[in-house]
Amino acid sequence: MNYSVLLSQMLGATLMTLRIFFVTLAFSLPLGLLVAVGRMTKVKAVNLPVRLYILLMRGTPLMLQLLFIFYGFKPIFGIQLDRVPAAEAAFVLNYAAYFAEIFRGGIAGIPRGQREAAKVLGFTRRQTFFRIVLPQVVKGILPPMSNEFITLVKDTSLAQVIGVVELLKITSDWVSSAVSMIPFAVAGVFYLVMNAAVTRCFTAAEKHYSYYR
Amino acid sequence: MPILTAHDIHKSFGGEEVLKGISVEVEKGGVLAVIGPSGSGKSTLLRCITQLETVDRGDIAICGETLVRTGKDGKAVYSDRAVCNRIALHVGLVFQNFNLFPHFSVLRNITEAPEHVLGRTKEQAEASAMKLLKKMDLSDKADAYPCRLSGGQQQRVSIARALAMNPDVLFFDEPTSALDPELTGEILKVIRGLAAERMTMVVVTHEMAFARDVADRVVFMADGVIVEQGPPEQVFGNTQSERTKAFLSRFHEN
Repeated sequence: MNYSVLLSQMLGATLMTLRIFFVTLAFSLPLGLLVAVGRMTKVKAVNLPVRLYILLMRGTPLMLQLLFIFYGFKPIFGIQLDRVPAAEAAFVLNYAAYFAEIFRGGIAGIPRGQREAAKVLGFTRRQTFFRIVLPQVVKGILPPMSNEFITLVKDTSLAQVIGVVELLKITSDWVSSAVSMIPFAVAGVFYLVMNAAVTRCFTAAEKHYSYYR
Repeated sequence: MPILTAHDIHKSFGGEEVLKGISVEVEKGGVLAVIGPSGSGKSTLLRCITQLETVDRGDIAICGETLVRTGKDGKAVYSDRAVCNRIALHVGLVFQNFNLFPHFSVLRNITEAPEHVLGRTKEQAEASAMKLLKKMDLSDKADAYPCRLSGGQQQRVSIARALAMNPDVLFFDEPTSALDPELTGEILKVIRGLAAERMTMVVVTHEMAFARDVADRVVFMADGVIVEQGPPEQVFGNTQSERTKAFLSRFHEN
């Protein structure tokens, strides 16, 4: 087994893993916030479809969603996404549902008096949300968010079911061709390093927000 | 002309009528104290006037503008959004539990609304905020966060925050009830100071001595109705109703 080739290929595949990770976050966080607001509105025409969406995303396997978006869109909608965009779309839609529920919990946890104080001072609803509520939500949801971020790093490995070559796919190919377990151990270290970095970012964020209670 | 008139206000929560036809008036520069047992509807009245609740029926006008009136069908008809928002800028409210914004410094708690609601520049807003903090004896706390302040200090910041919007009438919803007894004095002193400056105020309070000294009118509410009202000498000195007498006697005992 040529270790330098193994390592360089694993590093290359890690870039794909990181790409899926960052693209998913970039789109699913704002989408999740939007879904949370839709979930909390009393307008039934918005609320009901949003609830159905959350149920679908959380109630079916992420792997099934990946397969559906890659293989199922062509016969149903006539659209064939490439492997990587299909994977990213599935991750974004899936994670937005989980993020939405975290945002919803965080928003509900802000005392009503905060909104009332803002209203009496003349803030519009939009100002109240973005200036008063949301900044406080961020502090409160850091712990559940860190769980999701860490899970996402590991979930990226599911993308291989639609042929995306990411870290775990490369690794298992090496394991079968070289008949060695060592690539698995290396992959484990790679995931650990990534999640140690994620954990570190969250610790720093929690520290940053510790200036108030 | 009165700054605030509320006439025949009705409000129910889930079928239970909390306000059963309340009428009050406040003249410019006047101080109205609202007293009464818990659950009498005092806070609800304040929340209706400050638009935190909507009334079911009745008329409210502030600074000559109609917030709500009773329509022909006997139900409340609110003015359009623009008018309601304009009226909201005439009133300030100080909450029982302060409701300061914990993620903002003391200074930013006070400047945020003048900057982003009234469109003042940062410099203008900060200059007037510092003046208010000086008045509240909190100049050294401008950069502190609310969680580092005592309850009394937090309440003074929230008074400064309300004053920064230059309201024509300032409402206090039991401003000392969440404070330790030794801290109530500093808040009452601030309110006394504002009264001396002829600030128009409506104060829901359990501090009877304070109501007697500072208010020029006292309203006693119980079970959603006004049982007695008048100048403090009359309500406290020459109490008419048995209900009021019974309520006040409990305070005299202490």
